[in-house]
Amino acid sequence: MPHPWLKERPLTPCLRGGFSTVNQTGSWRVIRPVLDISKCRDCSMCWLYCPEGVIDRENNYSIDYDYCKGCGVCAVECPVDAIEMVKEE
Amino acid sequence: MSLKIRDLPNEELVAPGNSGCPGCGATMGARMAMKVLGSRTIMVNGTGCMTVNYGVLAAARFPYLHMLFETTGAVLSGLDAGLRSLGKREGVTLLGWAGDGGTADIGFQSLSGAVERGHKFVYICYDNESYMNTGGQRSGVTPYGASTTTCPAGKRSIGESRPMQRRKDMVEIMAAHGIPYAATASLAFPMDYMAKVKRAAEVDGPSYVHLLSPCPPGWGSNDELTVEVSRLAVETGMWILYEVVDGERKFNKRLKTLRPITDYLKTQKRFRHLLDQPEEIEKIQSFVTKRAERLGLLG
Repeated sequence: MPHPWLKERPLTPCLRGGFSTVNQTGSWRVIRPVLDISKCRDCSMCWLYCPEGVIDRENNYSIDYDYCKGCGVCAVECPVDAIEMVKEE
Repeated sequence: MSLKIRDLPNEELVAPGNSGCPGCGATMGARMAMKVLGSRTIMVNGTGCMTVNYGVLAAARFPYLHMLFETTGAVLSGLDAGLRSLGKREGVTLLGWAGDGGTADIGFQSLSGAVERGHKFVYICYDNESYMNTGGQRSGVTPYGASTTTCPAGKRSIGESRPMQRRKDMVEIMAAHGIPYAATASLAFPMDYMAKVKRAAEVDGPSYVHLLSPCPPGWGSNDELTVEVSRLAVETGMWILYEVVDGERKFNKRLKTLRPITDYLKTQKRFRHLLDQPEEIEKIQSFVTKRAERLGLLG
Protein backbone atom coordinates (compact mmCIF):
# COMPACT_ATOMS: atom_id res chain seq x y z
CA MET A 1 0.00 0.00 0.00
CA PRO A 2 1.45 3.42 -0.90
CA HIS A 3 2.44 5.68 1.94
CA PRO A 4 -0.26 8.34 2.58
CA TRP A 5 2.26 11.11 1.97
CA LEU A 6 2.88 9.95 -1.58
CA LYS A 7 -0.64 10.95 -2.58
CA GLU A 8 -0.30 14.51 -1.34
CA ARG A 9 3.37 15.07 -1.76
CA PRO A 10 4.48 15.82 -5.34
CA LEU A 11 7.64 14.09 -6.52
CA THR A 12 9.61 17.29 -7.10
CA PRO A 13 12.64 18.75 -5.40
CA CYS A 14 10.61 21.72 -4.18
CA LEU A 15 7.50 21.98 -2.09
CA ARG A 16 5.10 24.82 -1.41
CA GLY A 17 6.15 26.69 1.73
CA GLY A 18 4.11 25.63 4.73
CA PHE A 19 3.45 22.13 3.41
CA SER A 20 4.38 20.80 6.85
CA THR A 21 0.88 21.60 8.15
CA VAL A 22 -0.17 18.16 6.83
CA ASN A 23 1.93 16.71 9.64
CA GLN A 24 -0.17 17.08 12.78
CA THR A 25 2.58 16.84 15.37
CA GLY A 26 0.07 17.14 18.20
CA SER A 27 -0.18 13.35 18.15
CA TRP A 28 3.38 13.16 19.53
CA ARG A 29 2.35 14.82 22.77
CA VAL A 30 2.24 12.97 26.08
CA ILE A 31 1.76 16.02 28.30
CA ARG A 32 -0.27 19.05 27.31
CA PRO A 33 0.26 22.67 28.39
CA VAL A 34 -2.81 24.23 29.99
CA LEU A 35 -2.79 27.99 30.51
CA ASP A 36 -4.51 29.63 33.47
CA ILE A 37 -5.31 32.97 31.85
CA SER A 38 -6.14 34.62 35.19
CA LYS A 39 -2.49 34.31 36.25
CA CYS A 40 -1.10 35.44 32.89
CA ARG A 41 0.72 38.78 32.89
CA ASP A 42 0.96 39.07 29.12
CA CYS A 43 4.78 39.00 29.00
CA SER A 44 4.95 36.94 25.74
CA MET A 45 7.79 34.70 26.95
CA CYS A 46 5.89 31.48 26.09
CA TRP A 47 5.06 32.89 22.68
CA LEU A 48 8.70 33.74 22.06
CA TYR A 49 10.13 30.46 23.30
CA CYS A 50 7.65 28.05 21.69
CA PRO A 51 9.79 26.23 19.10
CA GLU A 52 6.73 25.46 16.96
CA GLY A 53 5.12 28.89 17.15
CA VAL A 54 1.74 27.45 18.13
CA ILE A 55 0.95 30.00 20.87
CA ASP A 56 -1.12 32.89 19.54
CA ARG A 57 -0.41 35.99 21.61
CA GLU A 58 -3.01 38.09 19.80
CA ASN A 59 -5.72 35.70 20.88
CA ASN A 60 -5.30 35.32 24.66
CA TYR A 61 -2.31 33.03 24.25
CA SER A 62 -4.43 30.20 22.90
CA ILE A 63 -2.44 27.07 22.16
CA ASP A 64 -2.94 25.11 18.94
CA TYR A 65 -3.12 21.54 20.21
CA ASP A 66 -3.09 20.13 16.67
CA TYR A 67 0.60 20.97 16.42
CA CYS A 68 1.90 21.42 20.01
CA LYS A 69 4.51 18.70 20.61
CA GLY A 70 4.26 19.03 24.38
CA CYS A 71 7.91 19.86 25.04
CA GLY A 72 7.04 21.94 28.11
CA VAL A 73 9.46 24.81 27.55
CA CYS A 74 6.58 27.30 27.92
CA ALA A 75 5.65 25.92 31.36
CA VAL A 76 9.25 26.11 32.63
CA GLU A 77 9.93 29.58 31.26
CA CYS A 78 6.64 31.19 32.34
CA PRO A 79 7.71 33.67 35.06
CA VAL A 80 4.39 33.39 36.96
CA ASP A 81 3.82 29.63 36.47
CA ALA A 82 0.55 30.18 34.65
CA ILE A 83 1.11 27.16 32.40
CA GLU A 84 0.77 23.69 33.82
CA MET A 85 1.68 20.46 32.05
CA VAL A 86 -1.16 17.95 32.31
CA LYS A 87 -0.92 14.31 31.28
CA GLU A 88 -2.82 13.45 28.11
CA GLU A 89 -5.74 11.11 28.63
CA MET B 1 18.30 51.21 20.30
CA SER B 2 17.14 48.10 21.99
CA LEU B 3 14.82 45.46 20.70
CA LYS B 4 11.50 45.03 22.53
CA ILE B 5 9.41 41.88 22.69
CA ARG B 6 6.26 43.94 21.92
CA ASP B 7 7.74 45.17 18.63
CA LEU B 8 8.38 41.68 17.26
CA PRO B 9 6.00 40.70 14.45
CA ASN B 10 3.18 38.30 15.26
CA GLU B 11 3.35 36.81 11.77
CA GLU B 12 4.76 33.28 11.79
CA LEU B 13 7.23 32.68 8.98
CA VAL B 14 7.60 29.06 9.96
CA ALA B 15 4.63 26.73 9.60
CA PRO B 16 3.82 24.32 12.43
CA GLY B 17 4.17 20.60 11.83
CA ASN B 18 7.91 20.50 11.21
CA SER B 19 9.63 17.23 12.04
CA GLY B 20 11.96 18.58 14.73
CA CYS B 21 12.19 16.91 18.13
CA PRO B 22 10.12 18.44 20.95
CA GLY B 23 12.13 21.15 22.69
CA CYS B 24 14.62 21.52 19.83
CA GLY B 25 16.98 24.44 20.38
CA ALA B 26 17.65 24.88 16.67
CA THR B 27 13.97 25.25 15.72
CA MET B 28 13.56 27.75 18.54
CA GLY B 29 16.61 29.72 17.44
CA ALA B 30 15.63 29.76 13.77
CA ARG B 31 12.14 31.00 14.56
CA MET B 32 13.56 33.83 16.70
CA ALA B 33 16.06 34.78 13.98
CA MET B 34 13.30 34.89 11.35
CA LYS B 35 11.21 37.18 13.61
CA VAL B 36 14.03 39.72 13.33
CA LEU B 37 15.09 39.18 9.73
CA GLY B 38 11.65 39.16 8.11
CA SER B 39 10.24 37.47 5.05
CA ARG B 40 12.70 38.92 2.52
CA THR B 41 15.33 36.48 3.69
CA ILE B 42 16.85 33.57 1.82
CA MET B 43 17.90 30.81 4.18
CA VAL B 44 20.74 28.61 3.00
CA ASN B 45 20.85 25.54 5.16
CA GLY B 46 23.83 23.23 5.25
CA THR B 47 22.85 19.64 5.93
CA GLY B 48 21.96 19.04 9.54
CA CYS B 49 18.99 18.82 11.86
CA MET B 50 17.41 21.87 10.26
CA THR B 51 17.14 19.95 7.00
CA VAL B 52 14.87 17.52 8.77
CA ASN B 53 13.03 20.34 10.55
CA TYR B 54 12.47 22.74 7.66
CA GLY B 55 13.53 20.90 4.53
CA VAL B 56 11.77 17.56 4.60
CA LEU B 57 8.23 18.90 4.90
CA ALA B 58 8.87 22.51 3.81
CA ALA B 59 7.92 24.25 7.02
CA ALA B 60 9.59 27.48 5.90
CA ARG B 61 7.27 30.09 4.40
CA PHE B 62 10.23 32.03 3.02
CA PRO B 63 12.84 31.09 0.38
CA TYR B 64 14.74 28.16 1.77
CA LEU B 65 17.55 26.20 0.15
CA HIS B 66 18.90 22.94 1.45
CA MET B 67 22.55 22.61 0.50
CA LEU B 68 25.25 20.03 0.87
CA PHE B 69 27.19 19.92 4.11
CA GLU B 70 30.29 21.65 2.76
CA THR B 71 28.72 24.29 0.51
CA THR B 72 26.82 26.69 2.78
CA GLY B 73 29.48 29.42 2.40
CA ALA B 74 29.88 28.84 -1.33
CA VAL B 75 26.12 29.04 -1.99
CA LEU B 76 25.89 32.24 0.07
CA SER B 77 28.71 33.73 -2.03
CA GLY B 78 26.99 32.69 -5.26
CA LEU B 79 23.63 34.11 -4.20
CA ASP B 80 25.25 37.37 -3.12
CA ALA B 81 27.15 37.76 -6.41
CA GLY B 82 24.18 36.62 -8.52
CA LEU B 83 21.63 38.92 -6.86
CA ARG B 84 24.08 41.82 -7.17
CA SER B 85 24.59 41.30 -10.89
CA LEU B 86 20.83 41.06 -11.42
CA GLY B 87 20.38 44.29 -9.45
CA LYS B 88 18.12 42.56 -6.89
CA ARG B 89 20.41 42.56 -3.87
CA GLU B 90 18.79 45.56 -2.16
CA GLY B 91 16.57 44.64 0.79
CA VAL B 92 17.36 40.93 0.69
CA THR B 93 19.02 39.25 3.67
CA LEU B 94 21.07 36.13 3.07
CA LEU B 95 21.07 33.82 6.05
CA GLY B 96 23.43 30.87 6.31
CA TRP B 97 22.21 28.34 8.85
CA ALA B 98 24.31 25.29 9.66
CA GLY B 99 25.16 23.14 12.62
CA ASP B 100 28.52 22.88 14.33
CA GLY B 101 29.60 19.98 12.10
CA GLY B 102 28.60 21.90 8.99
CA THR B 103 30.45 24.97 10.26
CA ALA B 104 33.52 23.98 12.23
CA ASP B 105 34.40 20.75 10.41
CA ILE B 106 32.91 19.99 7.00
CA GLY B 107 31.71 23.42 5.90
CA PHE B 108 34.74 25.23 7.25
CA GLN B 109 36.64 25.90 4.05
CA SER B 110 33.70 27.33 2.12
CA LEU B 111 32.73 29.55 5.06
CA SER B 112 36.31 30.72 5.44
CA GLY B 113 36.49 31.50 1.72
CA ALA B 114 33.17 33.37 1.71
CA VAL B 115 34.24 35.49 4.70
CA GLU B 116 37.66 36.17 3.18
CA ARG B 117 36.07 37.37 -0.10
CA GLY B 118 33.86 39.71 1.93
CA HIS B 119 30.41 38.69 0.68
CA LYS B 120 27.50 40.17 2.57
CA PHE B 121 25.56 37.57 4.58
CA VAL B 122 24.58 36.55 8.08
CA TYR B 123 25.85 33.16 9.14
CA ILE B 124 24.33 31.53 12.20
CA CYS B 125 25.87 28.36 13.52
CA TYR B 126 23.59 26.46 15.87
CA ASP B 127 26.00 24.58 18.04
CA ASN B 128 24.70 21.34 19.54
CA GLU B 129 28.25 20.11 20.05
CA SER B 130 28.06 16.93 17.91
CA TYR B 131 26.63 15.62 14.65
CA MET B 132 23.20 15.22 16.25
CA ASN B 133 21.24 14.63 13.04
CA THR B 134 23.07 11.38 12.36
CA GLY B 135 22.88 10.09 15.90
CA GLY B 136 25.45 12.12 17.85
CA GLN B 137 28.98 11.60 16.55
CA ARG B 138 31.74 13.81 17.95
CA SER B 139 32.64 17.01 16.12
CA GLY B 140 35.38 19.62 16.38
CA VAL B 141 33.52 21.48 19.08
CA THR B 142 32.41 18.60 21.33
CA PRO B 143 33.43 19.52 24.90
CA TYR B 144 35.84 17.49 26.99
CA GLY B 145 34.20 14.58 28.78
CA ALA B 146 31.03 14.40 26.68
CA SER B 147 29.93 10.88 25.78
CA THR B 148 29.01 10.58 22.09
CA THR B 149 28.36 7.57 19.86
CA THR B 150 31.89 7.70 18.41
CA CYS B 151 33.57 8.31 21.77
CA PRO B 152 31.29 6.56 24.26
CA ALA B 153 32.13 6.71 27.94
CA GLY B 154 33.09 3.41 29.55
CA LYS B 155 35.59 1.72 31.81
CA ARG B 156 38.62 2.94 29.84
CA SER B 157 37.18 6.07 28.25
CA ILE B 158 35.76 9.25 29.70
CA GLY B 159 34.11 10.16 26.41
CA GLU B 160 35.61 12.97 24.35
CA SER B 161 39.28 13.10 25.39
CA ARG B 162 40.43 16.23 23.55
CA PRO B 163 41.30 18.83 26.21
CA MET B 164 39.06 21.88 26.58
CA GLN B 165 41.82 24.19 25.32
CA ARG B 166 41.80 22.58 21.87
CA ARG B 167 38.05 22.82 21.29
CA LYS B 168 37.60 24.81 18.07
CA ASP B 169 36.67 28.36 18.98
CA MET B 170 34.73 29.40 15.90
CA VAL B 171 34.09 33.00 16.95
CA GLU B 172 37.81 33.59 17.50
CA ILE B 173 38.60 31.90 14.18
CA MET B 174 36.09 34.19 12.46
CA ALA B 175 37.49 37.21 14.32
CA ALA B 176 40.93 36.26 13.02
CA HIS B 177 39.51 36.61 9.48
CA GLY B 178 38.94 40.27 10.30
CA ILE B 179 35.15 39.79 10.09
CA PRO B 180 33.20 43.01 10.82
CA TYR B 181 30.86 41.31 13.29
CA ALA B 182 31.04 38.02 15.19
CA ALA B 183 29.17 37.05 18.35
CA THR B 184 28.15 34.18 20.58
CA ALA B 185 24.54 33.86 21.71
CA SER B 186 22.38 31.79 24.01
CA LEU B 187 18.68 30.91 23.87
CA ALA B 188 18.32 31.89 27.53
CA PHE B 189 18.94 35.53 26.58
CA PRO B 190 16.62 35.84 23.58
CA MET B 191 16.58 39.62 23.29
CA ASP B 192 20.38 39.67 23.33
CA TYR B 193 20.42 36.96 20.65
CA MET B 194 17.89 38.71 18.42
CA ALA B 195 19.64 42.07 18.82
CA LYS B 196 22.84 40.36 17.68
CA VAL B 197 21.12 38.85 14.63
CA LYS B 198 19.66 42.25 13.78
CA ARG B 199 23.04 43.92 14.13
CA ALA B 200 24.66 41.15 12.07
CA ALA B 201 22.17 41.79 9.25
CA GLU B 202 22.93 45.51 9.27
CA VAL B 203 26.69 45.07 8.92
CA ASP B 204 28.08 45.67 5.45
CA GLY B 205 29.93 42.44 4.88
CA PRO B 206 29.95 38.98 6.38
CA SER B 207 28.83 38.43 9.96
CA TYR B 208 28.82 35.39 12.18
CA VAL B 209 26.66 34.42 15.18
CA HIS B 210 27.41 31.27 17.17
CA LEU B 211 24.32 30.05 19.03
CA LEU B 212 24.49 27.40 21.73
CA SER B 213 21.56 25.15 20.90
CA PRO B 214 20.82 22.36 23.39
CA CYS B 215 19.69 19.08 21.87
CA PRO B 216 17.40 17.12 24.24
CA PRO B 217 17.86 13.65 22.64
CA GLY B 218 21.57 14.08 21.96
CA TRP B 219 22.57 15.69 25.26
CA GLY B 220 20.19 13.60 27.32
CA SER B 221 18.56 16.66 28.84
CA ASN B 222 14.83 16.94 29.44
CA ASP B 223 12.75 18.47 26.63
CA GLU B 224 11.42 21.25 28.85
CA LEU B 225 14.90 22.26 30.08
CA THR B 226 16.28 23.43 26.71
CA VAL B 227 16.34 27.07 27.77
CA GLU B 228 17.31 26.26 31.36
CA VAL B 229 20.37 24.31 30.16
CA SER B 230 21.37 27.29 27.98
CA ARG B 231 21.04 29.55 31.00
CA LEU B 232 23.15 27.24 33.19
CA ALA B 233 25.84 27.14 30.48
CA VAL B 234 26.13 30.92 30.70
CA GLU B 235 25.94 31.11 34.49
CA THR B 236 28.59 28.42 35.03
CA GLY B 237 30.95 30.06 32.54
CA MET B 238 30.89 27.13 30.07
CA TRP B 239 29.44 29.50 27.48
CA ILE B 240 30.56 33.11 27.31
CA LEU B 241 28.34 35.75 25.72
CA TYR B 242 30.42 38.27 23.84
CA GLU B 243 30.67 40.02 20.52
CA VAL B 244 33.58 41.08 18.37
CA VAL B 245 32.92 44.33 16.48
CA ASP B 246 35.76 45.27 14.13
CA GLY B 247 38.23 43.48 16.39
CA GLU B 248 36.95 44.99 19.67
CA ARG B 249 35.69 42.40 22.16
CA LYS B 250 32.76 43.25 24.38
CA PHE B 251 31.09 41.03 26.99
CA ASN B 252 27.29 41.08 26.96
CA LYS B 253 26.79 39.26 30.24
CA ARG B 254 29.25 39.81 33.06
CA LEU B 255 29.00 37.55 36.08
CA LYS B 256 29.61 38.25 39.75
CA THR B 257 30.58 34.67 40.49
CA LEU B 258 30.55 31.46 38.51
CA ARG B 259 28.13 28.72 39.53
CA PRO B 260 29.78 25.33 40.10
CA ILE B 261 30.18 23.44 36.84
CA THR B 262 28.32 20.39 38.21
CA ASP B 263 25.07 22.41 38.05
CA TYR B 264 25.44 22.34 34.28
CA LEU B 265 26.87 18.85 33.91
CA LYS B 266 24.21 17.09 35.97
CA THR B 267 21.38 18.27 33.69
CA GLN B 268 22.73 16.14 30.85
CA LYS B 269 23.16 12.39 30.46
CA ARG B 270 26.21 12.83 28.21
CA PHE B 271 28.16 14.06 31.28
CA ARG B 272 26.56 11.66 33.77
CA HIS B 273 29.65 9.42 34.03
CA LEU B 274 31.76 12.42 35.12
CA LEU B 275 29.76 13.07 38.27
CA ASP B 276 31.52 10.30 40.25
CA GLN B 277 34.96 11.32 38.93
CA PRO B 278 35.88 14.47 40.93
CA GLU B 279 39.31 14.81 39.26
CA GLU B 280 37.69 15.14 35.80
CA ILE B 281 35.19 17.70 37.06
CA GLU B 282 38.09 19.59 38.62
CA LYS B 283 39.82 19.68 35.21
CA ILE B 284 36.78 21.24 33.55
CA GLN B 285 36.15 23.59 36.48
CA SER B 286 39.72 24.86 36.56
CA PHE B 287 39.69 25.45 32.80
CA VAL B 288 36.42 27.38 32.98
CA THR B 289 37.52 29.45 36.01
CA LYS B 290 40.91 30.26 34.52
CA ARG B 291 39.37 31.26 31.21
CA ALA B 292 36.85 33.54 32.93
CA GLU B 293 39.64 35.20 34.95
CA ARG B 294 41.93 35.54 31.96
CA LEU B 295 39.23 37.15 29.82
CA GLY B 296 38.07 39.41 32.66
CA LEU B 297 34.52 38.05 32.61
CA LEU B 298 33.97 38.37 36.35
CA GLY B 299 33.11 41.55 38.22
